[in-house]
Amino acid sequence: MSSDKAGSAPVVTQPLQFHVPRPASRPGEKPDFSDVVIPKAGSVARPPVDVDPKDIRDLAYSIIRVLNREGEAVGPWAPDLSHDDLIRGLRHMMTLRTFDGRMQMAQRQGKTSFYMQHTGEEAVSCAFRIALQPGDMNFPTYRQAGLLIAHDYPLVDMMCQIYSNERDPMKGRQLPVMYSSKEHGFFSISGNLATQYVQAVGWAMASAIKNDTRIAAAWIGDGSTAESDFHAALVFASTYKAPVVLNVVNNQWAISTFQGIARGGSGTFAARGLGFGIPALRVDGNDYLAVYAVAQWAVERARRNLGPTLVEYVTYRAGAHSTSDDPSAYRPKHESDDWPLGDPLIRLKQHLIAVGAWSEERHKQAEAEILATVIAAQKEAESFGTLHSGGKPSARDIFEDVYAELPPHLRRQRQQIGV
Amino acid sequence: MPRMTMIEAIRSAMDVAMGRDDDVVVFGEDVGFFGGVFRCTHGLQQKYGVSRCFDAPISESGIVGTAIGMAAYGLKPCVEIQFADYMYPAYDQIVSEAARLRYRSAGDFTCPMVIRMPTGGGIFGGQTHSQSPEALFTHVSGLKTIVPSNPYDAKGLLIAAIEDPDPVIFLEPKRLYNGPFDGHYDRPVTAWSKHELAEVPDGHYTVPLGKAVTRREGSAVTILAYGTMVHVALAAAEDTGIDAEVIDLRTLVPLDLEAIVASVEKTGRCIVLHEATLTSGFGGELAALVQEHCFYHLEAPVMRVTGWDTPYPHAQEWDYFPGPARLGQALRDIMEAR
Ligand SMILES: Cc1ncc(C[n+]2csc(CCOP(=O)(O)OP(=O)(O)O)c2C)c(N)n1
Repeated sequence: MSSDKAGSAPVVTQPLQFHVPRPASRPGEKPDFSDVVIPKAGSVARPPVDVDPKDIRDLAYSIIRVLNREGEAVGPWAPDLSHDDLIRGLRHMMTLRTFDGRMQMAQRQGKTSFYMQHTGEEAVSCAFRIALQPGDMNFPTYRQAGLLIAHDYPLVDMMCQIYSNERDPMKGRQLPVMYSSKEHGFFSISGNLATQYVQAVGWAMASAIKNDTRIAAAWIGDGSTAESDFHAALVFASTYKAPVVLNVVNNQWAISTFQGIARGGSGTFAARGLGFGIPALRVDGNDYLAVYAVAQWAVERARRNLGPTLVEYVTYRAGAHSTSDDPSAYRPKHESDDWPLGDPLIRLKQHLIAVGAWSEERHKQAEAEILATVIAAQKEAESFGTLHSGGKPSARDIFEDVYAELPPHLRRQRQQIGV
Repeated sequence: MPRMTMIEAIRSAMDVAMGRDDDVVVFGEDVGFFGGVFRCTHGLQQKYGVSRCFDAPISESGIVGTAIGMAAYGLKPCVEIQFADYMYPAYDQIVSEAARLRYRSAGDFTCPMVIRMPTGGGIFGGQTHSQSPEALFTHVSGLKTIVPSNPYDAKGLLIAAIEDPDPVIFLEPKRLYNGPFDGHYDRPVTAWSKHELAEVPDGHYTVPLGKAVTRREGSAVTILAYGTMVHVALAAAEDTGIDAEVIDLRTLVPLDLEAIVASVEKTGRCIVLHEATLTSGFGGELAALVQEHCFYHLEAPVMRVTGWDTPYPHAQEWDYFPGPARLGQALRDIMEAR
């Protein structure tokens, strides 16, 4: 740097450097999560739900955790869940993982074109669902099937959707995993990322406009927070104090892109909420109890008309992005083994064992039962066809539901196809 | 019967719809307290309260995205995009979401909503206050697209759109807001108060979607037009003395093909007229349909008179705008073509 004359701006002669964030490790390198600062379980305070958002800014930079290394539930966030509730939660997560395994295999066997697993993220959607009430509406991404499973949506129907068979509730129109169920509070999934985030806010605004008591939950991945609809959603949620929980599932990866590309210089994704005056919490996404406790807090805030909450779930996408993806091309092969927050199923299992409500034997037995249930559902679903064999939706279904009523031009096109 | 401008008719439509159905909500940029930059929502907030008519942040995808969520909830949002030129930030929500929600959820969720947007030029609006993006909507399955040409239709079509179970794009030619405009920019402006289609009932009525109307009967040539261009077509017929039949399409999707075919079979000639740019414009679709369905009745090639394939210029507004002189020339040409 040099300065030509006194009083004028310094002339900078150094060339600028373009900055592109890089993950801590790439294939062949040692996994490195030293950047992920993990506070002790139980160490984060639990404020009242009517807290002034500016008094809890630190919660956007910490991680709320309940289960410690010994499997004990500790601290102010330890929720009031019975052993039966927790066993049910464990079974939901086990069901989701088993379901994923079977459907992943079904895709490899050519029974469907595509699948997306939840491996490592089961606690997030399974525990969140339990905090909702009937009538509440989720606006999920493709990685929250736990919302359906924890609400007892029939596994057969999910599989029929994945197989696009004659019983597919979406009539073969949607890619596998793009479920929809109004009855189960699960909004129709779109392939276009982030669009549902702002729709959730609109749904919540509508509920407030009608003086209803129902609330909405919005869902987005870390990568998709970079979409402009994420920003739009936060603006509208903040402006109208919409009764919505704004969930960000930070599983560290967006296909091959590490979360730093979307996050940039901001401390955390939760911190994004602060600029909008939206209280933000960061939670251990692999801790079923912590997820439930935080969800309950945010849901209660919304229900009590205190406005939106942003929740960042810190987790790790242990599996491939989808059946079309090979993570070994962009991250260390065994990176998930080093993930400091562990596996949500194992952690809840250990907790239940630690409190004497569960055992290795009961776990094995539950595994066998769940596998049998999932296989039975799969058999039933396959009896209605798979993508390339057996029953399939009618070509007539192409033309239905574009509009409420078939307009003349679609009638003509349907005649051309001869159905 | 009262005479209304198009602005008053549009406002009246929302007033009637909001009065009849508590689920109708109206919002957009400057729409609430102020009543809209074109005054289309003037007084609605005072009458129905802030939870039924309110100001929105300047975020088109936010406006349309939240409206979709509201529609999925069960409301009937009627939202405004300040200028059609500014709908692009909302295009993803419109195309990927509003248009497809019913289809992709197999009817589980629906999207009964209206997106109003002032469209078209003729007001020295330059590049970003003049566009006619209707082809970007008509190309999208699942949307209905409407362009009214007068106060009576504007009100009846808007009420029908709000009551319709599907997402509707409602394009309001802003050049027609205060009076009919036939492209004779060098003549004094006329007001709607002199026009019979400005007689608008106060209460509820609808103009059905998907139905065209003949504005001028003729035997020599059919002009297919909508919005401002309907008035241009009538003026050109008058100016040239050519006995043109002028069809006001009103709804572009679903299209009243029967009315078009009946007219072209009678006249044997067809000119498609729109202000939007030519290439891949809605006129291409109209021309293709006419030749498919009326081939053996055609005595001349179907012609298109449209805006040029350029951004909408400012100073050269009247060189760009397909006014009565250009249409008149096309009319003379098509009558000589064999
Ligand atoms: C608008 C849009 N752009 C790109 C894609 C392609 N795409 C599908 S999933 C994905 C990554 C999303 O990552 P993230 O939000 O972190 O969620 P995750 O898959 O990790 O759950 C991309 C880029 C898309 N579906 N939609």
